[in-house]
Amino acid sequence: MTASLPPPFADPLTDCLVLVAAWLVIGVAGLAAPRSVRYAGRALFALGALVGIALAAAAALSLLGGVTQTRILPIGLPDLPFHLRLDALSSVFLVLLGASAAGVSLFSAGYFRESDGMAPGLLCLQYHLFLASMALVLLADDAYAFMVGWELMALSSYFLVTTQHRIPEIRSAGFLYLVMAHVGALAILLAFGILQGGSWQFTFDAMRAAHLSHAWAAAAFLLAMLGFGAKAGLVPLHVWLPEAHPAAPSPVSALLSGVMLKTAVYGMLRVTFDLLGHPAWWWGLVPLAAGLLTALYGVVFAAVQTDMKRLLAYSSIENVGLLFTGFGLSVVFFGVGMPALAALALLATLYHSLSHAAMKSLLFLGTGSVLHATGQRNLGRLGGLIHRMPWVAALTLVGALALAGLPPLNGFVSEWLLLQSFLFADRIPRSFVNLLIPLGAAVVALCAALAGYVMVKFYGVIFLGQPRESSLAQAHDCGLLERLGLGWLALLCLALGLAPVQVVSALAPVTRQLVGSAVPQPAASWWLLAPVPGRAVSYAPLVLLLAGAAVILLTMLLVRLFYHRRVRRARPWDCGFGEVTPRMQDTAEGFGQPIRNIFQSFFAIERELPTPFDAAPRYRIAISDRMWRGLYQPISGWVRRLADAAAILQRGRIATYLLYGFATLVVLLAVVLAT
Amino acid sequence: MRPAAYISQSLEIAVALAAAPLFLGWVNQCRAWLANRSAPSVLLPYRNIRKLFHKDAVLAENASALFRIAPYVVFGTMVVAAGIIPSLSGRLPLVAAADAIALVGLFGTARVFLSLAAMDVGTAFGTLGARREMMVGFLAEPALLMVIFVASLISATTALPAISAHLAGARLVIDPSLAFTAVAFTLVLLAENARIPVDNPATHLELTMIHEAMLLEYSARHLALMEWAAALRLFNYACIGFALFVPWGIAAGNVGPLGLTLAIPILALKLAVAGAGLALIETLSAKLRIMRAPEFLATAFLFAVLGLLVHVLLGGP
Repeated sequence: MTASLPPPFADPLTDCLVLVAAWLVIGVAGLAAPRSVRYAGRALFALGALVGIALAAAAALSLLGGVTQTRILPIGLPDLPFHLRLDALSSVFLVLLGASAAGVSLFSAGYFRESDGMAPGLLCLQYHLFLASMALVLLADDAYAFMVGWELMALSSYFLVTTQHRIPEIRSAGFLYLVMAHVGALAILLAFGILQGGSWQFTFDAMRAAHLSHAWAAAAFLLAMLGFGAKAGLVPLHVWLPEAHPAAPSPVSALLSGVMLKTAVYGMLRVTFDLLGHPAWWWGLVPLAAGLLTALYGVVFAAVQTDMKRLLAYSSIENVGLLFTGFGLSVVFFGVGMPALAALALLATLYHSLSHAAMKSLLFLGTGSVLHATGQRNLGRLGGLIHRMPWVAALTLVGALALAGLPPLNGFVSEWLLLQSFLFADRIPRSFVNLLIPLGAAVVALCAALAGYVMVKFYGVIFLGQPRESSLAQAHDCGLLERLGLGWLALLCLALGLAPVQVVSALAPVTRQLVGSAVPQPAASWWLLAPVPGRAVSYAPLVLLLAGAAVILLTMLLVRLFYHRRVRRARPWDCGFGEVTPRMQDTAEGFGQPIRNIFQSFFAIERELPTPFDAAPRYRIAISDRMWRGLYQPISGWVRRLADAAAILQRGRIATYLLYGFATLVVLLAVVLAT
Repeated sequence: MRPAAYISQSLEIAVALAAAPLFLGWVNQCRAWLANRSAPSVLLPYRNIRKLFHKDAVLAENASALFRIAPYVVFGTMVVAAGIIPSLSGRLPLVAAADAIALVGLFGTARVFLSLAAMDVGTAFGTLGARREMMVGFLAEPALLMVIFVASLISATTALPAISAHLAGARLVIDPSLAFTAVAFTLVLLAENARIPVDNPATHLELTMIHEAMLLEYSARHLALMEWAAALRLFNYACIGFALFVPWGIAAGNVGPLGLTLAIPILALKLAVAGAGLALIETLSAKLRIMRAPEFLATAFLFAVLGLLVHVLLGGP
C-alpha cells in the first residue's frame, strides 16, 4: 500500500521516531544557553512547534495509509529492548499530541520570560522531555517501554508544574500530583502483571495472545481503570487536577489538560480493546457510571470557581467524565455484540478527545495571556479585557463557545455523536441495564447545559463588563507568536467543528481496529455527517454556518438599506442611582451563586456571616471538595497511624536492630527445620 | 421536485418571520381580555419593531463589538431554527443540516450570545439578567433535550419532520411517555420564553426581570432585532410543540402547493388555540420568586426523565 510513496512517507514509524528524537535534541540544546530567553525560550520552542506539526503530519499519513508498523529499539536494559508499534490507535493520539503541541509550543515561544521561576533552558528541557515521553507512551508496544514513558511523563510534568517552586502552595500541589501519578502507575503496573497471563513476557503481543480467565481479565480491567482513572482525574481520584493545573505555567497546563489526560484515555482503549480483546459487557458499566459522576461533579465545581485556571481544571474533569462515558458505552455495546453501535460511541470518545485537546489548550493559553497582561488569576479582579486585549478575547471566544458545546463548533459534534449513541441504549439486550443507561443521556444533557453556564461565566467575567481593578487599564494584548499559537488552536477548533465528515472517515481505521466496525459514511457527501445507517439522522455544520451567516449578513444589509446607521454613545443606564461602578457587576462568586444553591449537597461550604453590630461587616464563604474530608483525610490518617505503629520498631539503638536480625534468623531457621 | 422543497423551505421561514410578532400580539391580546383590560391591537408588536428600527441607536460608552453583533447572531439563529422546525411542511432541505439535537444547540447559541451581550456593558442588571437567564437555561435545555430524546426514541430518528411524521402516523392514543413530556415541554416553553411564572414579559421592575434586564442597554434597531428574535423564539417553541404533540395537518411528503396552502389555516388555528392557552396559564399563575424557579425547572426536567423512563419501561409503542 505504501510502496508507491516516496521514501520519507513510506516509513512513518521512523519519521515519528526521528521527530521524537528531534524533540529530545531540542530539549538538550536548551542547556547550551539556559539563561537566554531569546535562544532557549524563543527559537527552540518555535522549532519544537515545527516538529509538532511534522509529527502530526507523519501520524496522519500513517493513519490514512492504514499501515501498522513495529520495530524493536535496542535501548534500555540489555535484555529488555523497546518494542515500538505505530497503528491506527496510536496514530490518532500522535496527531492529537503533535497538533496541540504545535499550537502550545508556538505560544510558549512568545510566552516564557525571565521572571517565570525556572531558567528558560531548563524549562525547554523539561517541556520537550514531557512531549517526547508522551510520544513514547503512545508508541510503546511492551509494558516496559510503556512504563518508562509513563514515568518520564509524570516526572517531567512534575518539574514543569513546580516551575515556580519557591511558592509553598505550588510545591504542595506538585507533591500531590506526584503521589497521585504514582498510585496510578502502581495500579497500571499491576494490571500489566496480570495481563501477561503467566508467560512472563511483557510485550503487548504476548499480552494479546495470553488467555486470561474471566475473573483475572476483570481484575486487570479494574486495575487499569484505577490507574488510568487517576491520571485522567476520574472522581474520586481527581483531587490533584484542580491543584496542579493552576500551579503550572499556562502552556504546561494546556499540555497537561489537552494532551496528557488523553494518554489515560489512550491507555484505557489500548488495554481494553487491544490487549484484553474481549471485554465483558458489564465492565463498561464501571467507566460509564464513573464518567457520568465525574462529568456532573466537574462541571458543578467549575461553575463555582473563582480562579480562572481552577475553573478550567474542573471543566477538564467534566470532559474526562464525558470521555469515559463514551468509552463505557462502547464497551457495553461491544460486549453485547453490537459492534456498529460500539463504533459510534467510540467515535464520540475519540472525537471528543481531539476536540477537547484543541479547545482546552486554547482556553488555558488564553488564561496565560491574561495572566501575563494583568498578573491576575482571580476572576474577581478581572473584567473588560475585550477592549484591552481584542486578539486574545476574539480567539478565546472561539474556545469558549466550542467548550460550551454550541453548533457549529467542535464541542457540539462530539456531544451530538454521544447523544446519538445513547439513543440506542434501550436496545441493549440486558433487562434493567437498558432502562438505566438511557438515563445517562439526561446527565450528559445536564452537563452540556452546565458547561454553557460555566463558559458564559468564564468569558463574561474575564473579558466583558467593566474592569474590576484600575490596574487593568494597563493590560496589553499578547505578542505575535502568542497570537499565532492561539490562532492555530482556534483554527483546529473550527476545522474539527466544520469538517466532521473528514474527521470521522479518518477515524474509521481506529474503530475498525478496536471494535471491528466503523461508522459508515455515505460516500457521496463530503459535507453531511450521517453516522447511523437506516436512520434519517444527519448533521452538516458547514451548511448550518452558511445559512446562519447568510441570514445575519442579509439582515445587516437590509437594516442598512432601509434604515440609517446612526449610533450615539452614552453612559449606561444607571437606574437613576447616579454612578454605575464596576463593583455593581456580578463577581465570579455572584455568578456561581445559583449553582451553589441548587447543588448545595455537592460542596462543603463554610460561611462567615457578619453580625448586625459589625462596624465593617464582612461576608466570607469558602467552598471545598467534600472528597478531601470524606476520603483523603481519613486515608492519610490511616497511613500516618500505620507509620506511627511501624515506628515502634524503630528505636534508634544498634542493639535493638541486632536483636531484630537475630530474631528473624531464629524464626527462619525454625521454618526451615519445620519443613 | 427539488424546487418545491426549496419553496416550502422559504415559505416556512417567511411565515415564521411574519407570523411571530402577530402570535405575540395575539397572546398579549388574550391576556388583556382575560384580565378584563381593553386589549392593545394585535398589530402592536409590528408597530413597535417598526418604530424601533427608525430610532437612533444609543450604545453604552464601553459597549464592545460583541454587544453590537449579538442581536444579529441571536436573530440569525432564531431564523435558522425556524427553518428546521416543520410548521407547515415536512419537506425542508435545511433539516438535513440540523436535527432536533442541533436545534437545541442553536437555542443554546442564542442564549449564550444574549447572556454575553448582557454582561458586556457591565451594569448590575445586565449581569443579573445574564446569570438568571443561564440558570433558567441550564435546567430548561436538558429538559427540552430529554423531551426530544423521548420523541426520538419513539420514532427512531432525531430529524424533527420525520419525528413529526411518525407521530402523526401513529394511532390516536395518547402515549403515556408523551403525556409526561408534554407537561415538561409546556414548563420549558414558559421558562425559556420569559413567561409567567418564571419571568414576566410585561414587568418594569428591574429586580424581577430576567429577559428584559438583559435588554436594558439595547435600543433602536438592536432592540428591534432582539424583540423580533424573542417573538420568533416563542413561535419556534410553539411550532416544536405542534410538531411533537399535535403533528396533524403538517403537509408531508409530496404535497403540492395545495397542501401548503391548506397547512397555513391549520397552523393559524393551532397558534390561536395555543396563544389563548398560554395567556390562560399566565393569567392563572403568579410569578414565582426567582429562588423557586430552579424547582419549577427541575420539575420539568424530572417530568421529561420520567417520560423517558416510562417509554423504556413500556418498551415503546
